[in-house]
Amino acid sequence: MVSGLINANPIVYEKKERRVRNEAAVPDEYAVEPIDQLEIFDILDPEHPYSLEELKVITEDAIEVDNERSYVRVTFTPTVEHCSMATVIGLCLRVKLMRSLPSRYKMDIRVAPGTHATEAAVNKQLNDKERVAAALENPNLLDMVDECLAPSYA
Amino acid sequence: MELLDGNLELKEIQKLQGHTDRVWSLAWNPATAAADVPKVFASCSGDKTVRIWEESPSTRSWDCKAVLEETHTRTVRSCAWSPSGRLLATASFDATTAIWENVGGDFECVSTLEGHENEVKSVSWNASGSLLATCGRDKTVWIWEVMPGNEFECIQVLQGHTQDVKMVEWHPTMDILFSCSYDNTVKVWWSDDADGDWSCVQTLGESSNGHSSTVWSLAFNAKGDKLVTCSDDLTMKIWEADIIRMQSGDGYAPWNHLCTLSGYHDRTIFSVHWSREGIIASGAADDAVRLFVESKDGSMNGSSYQLLLKKEKAHDMDVNSVQWCPGEKRLLASASDDGTIKIWELGTLP
Repeated sequence: MVSGLINANPIVYEKKERRVRNEAAVPDEYAVEPIDQLEIFDILDPEHPYSLEELKVITEDAIEVDNERSYVRVTFTPTVEHCSMATVIGLCLRVKLMRSLPSRYKMDIRVAPGTHATEAAVNKQLNDKERVAAALENPNLLDMVDECLAPSYA
Repeated sequence: MELLDGNLELKEIQKLQGHTDRVWSLAWNPATAAADVPKVFASCSGDKTVRIWEESPSTRSWDCKAVLEETHTRTVRSCAWSPSGRLLATASFDATTAIWENVGGDFECVSTLEGHENEVKSVSWNASGSLLATCGRDKTVWIWEVMPGNEFECIQVLQGHTQDVKMVEWHPTMDILFSCSYDNTVKVWWSDDADGDWSCVQTLGESSNGHSSTVWSLAFNAKGDKLVTCSDDLTMKIWEADIIRMQSGDGYAPWNHLCTLSGYHDRTIFSVHWSREGIIASGAADDAVRLFVESKDGSMNGSSYQLLLKKEKAHDMDVNSVQWCPGEKRLLASASDDGTIKIWELGTLP
């Protein structure tokens, strides 16, 4: 059977139980409202009805939050090495963080080393804010991002 | 005032609010540099508008005099005044470059330059105002000839960059065009004779001591014999050329790497600008503004530059553009993702 999908049969992992959000965050008494590391887990994969967590694109270890320095680093793992959706996933992560975090936060979004054929190119594009700004003015792309993000706001 | 004696401060004169999205760029009107003319600059933004700001001669405070809107349909990425200060060119993600004329204080869009496939990222006038250059995501640089009656004719499309072109800038005195790109290089475009074709005569790349990531911006010193470039690789680089040779008509003289300023920035440097008296300002993604000057100690290693001052938290977010006022006073304007523009004055501590 021919499939148009980049990764037609992804492995789906179980969602991790999380009773209370925020528990995993590093306590920081100075932060008025510590950043919830977990709020990006519910983002949907652009190709599948699964969340990025269920596909293990994102794990808790891959999100580094430094409230004191107002810095976030997210390292994600595309499901296949040649995943052409990697930039869309990265864009979703960036938009989610931009909308959730106070504006003082600096963020770096990268694919995990060795997990993508064009790792450097994907990283460069995701961290060029001019290209991100231009991409988000593209209505089709923005629709796609919003669809992926919808469950994360539920 | 001796710059290196220390005790300098960058004092915030005013914070200008009005844009409703990030401010990408700003440009001082060169015709307003004289002491008896009110200072004017333009700013452009992700809110699709351009704003014109003017200093009141009596109160010394800055006000928005005009909002240029409903022309560009997407982000306005950059703006540039013609040398006479009569025309303002604005480059937009909507794939067009608009030309605005100041008619008695009102700005009218008198021409729209179409041709780029998609986002236009930068626009620059040559020294005489007879040529305009634009560049964009389609990897090309366009040279336009300014014709009578606000007509602009594309005379050449320059191809050579392998990725989107972030900025174009003409040399301050000669018709040499510089472009910098996401492909990590700076390209120099030159025409042997007045009517001839433009071609790339030099590529300042990593193999010639150039940058190892996106080159965001470049600027010249007042004399035009030095060039500073800034990059996502967290460095600034100074380049030098024998402009006397070029001015005397002996052909092209290459730009040589003079020194690299590294270790000062820890996030992308978006903007550099060289003041008339030799102070280089930088604006970066760490929200800070830094000033650099050439070191006085004539060391054996040749030229070197040192940090004069660092203004932490100059803005609440990334600093996208820093521009020195062309006038007598040491005024600097900065534009930021926080949606504001700040006017700074460099002075001595009391």
